[in-house]
Amino acid sequence: MNRITKKFEDKGSGKLMSLFITAGYPDLESTVDLILGFEENGADLIELGMPFSDPLADGPTIQFSSETAISKGISIDKIFEMVTEIRKSSQIPIILMGYMNPVLRYGVSAFCEKAASVGVDGLILPDIPVEESGLIEKEASSNNLPIIYLVAPNTSDERMKLADQKSGGFVYCVSVTGVTGARDGGEVSQSVATFIERVRTNVTKNPVLVGFGIKSYEDAQAIASNADGFIVGSALIDTIRKSYPNENWKKDVFSFVHSLKFGK
Amino acid sequence: MTETVKTTYNQPNARGYFGEYGGKFVPEILIPVVQQLEEEYLKAIDDPEFLKQYHELLEEYVGRPTKLTFADKLTGHYGKAKIYLKREDLCHTGAHKINNAIGQILLAKRMGKTRIIAETGAGQHGVATATACAKFGLQCIVYMGAEDMERQKLNVDRMQLMGAEVRSVESGSRTLKDATNEAIRDWVTNPEDTFYIIGSVVGPHPYPMMVRNFHRVIGDEARKQILEKEGRLPDYLLACVGGGSNAMGLFYPFIEDDVKIIGIEAAGYGVDSGKTAATITKGSPGILHGSLSYLLHDQNGQIELAHSISAGLDYPGIGPEHSFLHDSKRVEYHSVTDDEAMEAVKLISKKEGIIPALETAHAFAWLEYMMSNTKEDEIIIVNLSGRGDKDMGTISENL
Repeated sequence: MNRITKKFEDKGSGKLMSLFITAGYPDLESTVDLILGFEENGADLIELGMPFSDPLADGPTIQFSSETAISKGISIDKIFEMVTEIRKSSQIPIILMGYMNPVLRYGVSAFCEKAASVGVDGLILPDIPVEESGLIEKEASSNNLPIIYLVAPNTSDERMKLADQKSGGFVYCVSVTGVTGARDGGEVSQSVATFIERVRTNVTKNPVLVGFGIKSYEDAQAIASNADGFIVGSALIDTIRKSYPNENWKKDVFSFVHSLKFGK
Repeated sequence: MTETVKTTYNQPNARGYFGEYGGKFVPEILIPVVQQLEEEYLKAIDDPEFLKQYHELLEEYVGRPTKLTFADKLTGHYGKAKIYLKREDLCHTGAHKINNAIGQILLAKRMGKTRIIAETGAGQHGVATATACAKFGLQCIVYMGAEDMERQKLNVDRMQLMGAEVRSVESGSRTLKDATNEAIRDWVTNPEDTFYIIGSVVGPHPYPMMVRNFHRVIGDEARKQILEKEGRLPDYLLACVGGGSNAMGLFYPFIEDDVKIIGIEAAGYGVDSGKTAATITKGSPGILHGSLSYLLHDQNGQIELAHSISAGLDYPGIGPEHSFLHDSKRVEYHSVTDDEAMEAVKLISKKEGIIPALETAHAFAWLEYMMSNTKEDEIIIVNLSGRGDKDMGTISENL
């Protein structure tokens, strides 16, 4: 069984926590250790970002982490090596997340084969809406790599159903219209409840995780109250950015991760 | 108003593809937005009232039709084919960009959008958008790379004078590519009230089609004018290509005619110098800013920094229809360097008393390569897409 699906089946009543980290940020050597540490501190799923030079759905934080990783020489092959390394000791579900151009350049077929063979469990491609899924759908499915589609507050009921039908693993709810990035409390939670309710009505096949703007345990509990879990990315990267490369930077980061999942 | 030429060329398809290029590679948040835009656009261009208003504005405000001027001195200089200039430099604001800005602003009004955003490279599209917003009393925010703001200061002042807010973009190469990223991020954040006026035949469907159609007036007029002056169609069309809007505007109505069509890209320091903007010549297919088209990118699929002396051509992508016309061999694409473009600025200024924009100069520079293969009884139309006043800073430095 796919590791993502198994994770949702085993989850019980708590909320799953998915963490996004840009591969190669803050440096190429740390990514594997970070992910293993995230798991130890409560992460249930990992979204491993494949950096792109022009991340047009991302705010300043992920623009920065992407730029840093590219300048340190990240590549898709290096990301595959990282996943191979993680799989030596961990079965945490790993979803590769990134824009389509690097995948296209790598070769869609080769990319999907290699990803599946190193132990990747799914793909999130923010610039591939369901309309354009033809570019990768067949190759992904023949390698048993589910694609996770996004739904947003302005997504129609009909499109939510379509996203549910096309997605595997879970459906990604973008809590607000906007780019990625941590937001001030209140900005996210106000209208998100009604949105998640609408997602729940339309998305019946897949579990739902909600992301964008979550930066604390309290945010997560409020926003994800009616979802199966939550996703944190920018707030995690901001934390790394603040502490790296202090002596105990990883400890600070892991303690933040722990607090996100379990509260202080 | 000039009649539009009917063709059986039927691109893009319903999914927004020109052959294998185009599409709508945008975040989910923008899908309802571009779908609504497409619906409203298709309704608008079937609405006689909308078309009447658009063409009235082109006549009374933009100053269309623009002239098709016979370049007698330039023709004499080469002593070969007759050269005609399609005078988009005579449009209000000094370049063709206003045709599209007017079309899109009318659409924005019709859709009840109150906030207009745009990206700009050379500043010509920003100026055109700021102009249209001033005329229609709409809020206008223009994203412009910090480097472009320096080299096109005059256009920044013009936009601000007309009430636009110019936002400096400091990320990446600080040029058009990054300004476009920022404009898209704004659009993703404000999909309800904001209309994004894209300035070239790029971006997600329906933009490449819509922008082409708002510029086809260039080709429709040129076709009618050359028939009146010469009693026949030209042998060649020549235009510069960055994103490719002035070129598509001129080419489109001639696409099924027996006319050789040539697009000229900016080679920068040279196509193999690593400092170039010659996307078709040097690039390969990829996805940027919402569509699949030729791109300058490295082996990891990271977008490369383009370089051109001309800010308007300094872009690592190209409109998807150009990629299609290249692959299908309907249009020939070549490139000329910064230096060759500068030489062309000097030549056209001296011979014709017209200072062309640096972008436009790239098209003229190709005459050096092609004229010796033309015959005296042949006819060339060059799209004089904009005037060079805005470039005087750069031109002075390079004299």
